[in-house]
Amino acid sequence: MTRRIAGEKEVAQLITRLAGTIRRANKDTKDVAFVGIKRRGVPLARRIAARLSGTVRIPVGAIDITLYRDDLKMVAETPIVRGSEIDFDINGRTLVLVDDVIFTGRTIRAALTELLDFGRPRCIQLAVLIDRGHRELPIQPDFTGRAIRTRREDLVDIYFKETDGRDGVFLTRK
Amino acid sequence: MKPRFKHLLGIEGLDRSDILTILDQARTFREVLDRPIPVVPALRGKTVVNLFFEASTRTATSFQLAASRLSAQCVNFSRTASSVSKGETLLDTARNIEAMRAEGIIIRHSMPGAPHFLARHVRAFVVNAGDGAHEHPTQALLDAFTLRDKLGDLKGRRILIVGDIAHSRVARSNVFCFTRLGAKVAVCGPPTLIPRYCEELGCEVFCRIDRVLYEVDVVNMLRVQQERIGVWCLPTLREYRELYGLTAERLKKLAPDVVVTHPGPVNWGVEMDFDVAEFPQALIMSQVTNGVAVRMAVLYLLAGGEQTP
Repeated sequence: MTRRIAGEKEVAQLITRLAGTIRRANKDTKDVAFVGIKRRGVPLARRIAARLSGTVRIPVGAIDITLYRDDLKMVAETPIVRGSEIDFDINGRTLVLVDDVIFTGRTIRAALTELLDFGRPRCIQLAVLIDRGHRELPIQPDFTGRAIRTRREDLVDIYFKETDGRDGVFLTRK
Repeated sequence: MKPRFKHLLGIEGLDRSDILTILDQARTFREVLDRPIPVVPALRGKTVVNLFFEASTRTATSFQLAASRLSAQCVNFSRTASSVSKGETLLDTARNIEAMRAEGIIIRHSMPGAPHFLARHVRAFVVNAGDGAHEHPTQALLDAFTLRDKLGDLKGRRILIVGDIAHSRVARSNVFCFTRLGAKVAVCGPPTLIPRYCEELGCEVFCRIDRVLYEVDVVNMLRVQQERIGVWCLPTLREYRELYGLTAERLKKLAPDVVVTHPGPVNWGVEMDFDVAEFPQALIMSQVTNGVAVRMAVLYLLAGGEQTP
């Protein structure tokens, strides 16, 4: 059974709220940069950055965490690596790491390890659209669009126009 | 994504989409090589063995670097310092290596088919790093990668392979690889060094370089393999240079957008004059760099996922 948690309008509101809290936490956006986790963290990062960009354009990068996954040995098929694109120097910057949903926290762990191989940012903050709980690692987002209650086996699907042709958040009960 | 192949034994058994899978993955790894820390943890805890029965600096080092940039362990095994000199067979050597829990074996051997033989008898994945005059698949893949990087799609591009076609595993793998990517391939060399029925691989054959050299997009020079060529094939190296070498004179007549590749090591003054090294379109050093990325892609695709014995 699939239930809609948020449609296009609600997604836009969640993103506006996220952008607002990120702005309040980082008064000076000069050194801020966004890094989206592939695939759907990237359009989300771009949209938040677009809302924060005033006179200065905020850089947005993308990382693919496939090569840093802790379950590579367990997945039966070798996952395709899509590649990371960070074309700015992350040293000394405030990085906002962005993903569509946080679940076990393992993706974020992999992303943090990978980012630190690119340099030494001043700090890294985490922004997610949906927090669905069930953490397996001590990792919590700094900015959350919305927290929802789920069962572990539930599926949370998030769609963005850029990747899927429409915006929306859906919860599927198994 | 699971590659359709468990081993990489040659280009002949691959189709266009297999080749593109490897080349697309290699693009990602090429980017990794430019990172401040060019190492990713993808193959942590895996072990591959370099089993080189023939001399090699570039290929062995390249595989070793590729493995270590993926955080895999790479053990080198050389013929002279091993029990092969005590008469151990290839199969026993490989089985012993496998018993030590290596996931992959990279083999170079003077006998064509040695990697295929191993692949039938061990559970580890096998990568052919050159078997006699048969195939050298990773060289073909890195050449294709380098050319695509420079020229884009190879469809319809005219590629000329010059040199000792008969003894060259690079020539064979490259003909397979380039034709499968849609390029028009021609080979050129002394008639004594052109194998019979060469056209059946889908390439044109020329015996005079000046007839074809100025009409192509890519010149892929091969090394004159003095260790493999008998005296009856080539009168002198000077004659070879005159008739088939990419001399300073021929280089001047090349169109400025023609690219030159060579698998190395180069015999300067034989197949190419040293002027080629200064030629801005010579991609020889990029080939070496890209070789690491391509080999990372091969190891990643073969060793990733669950297949530890």
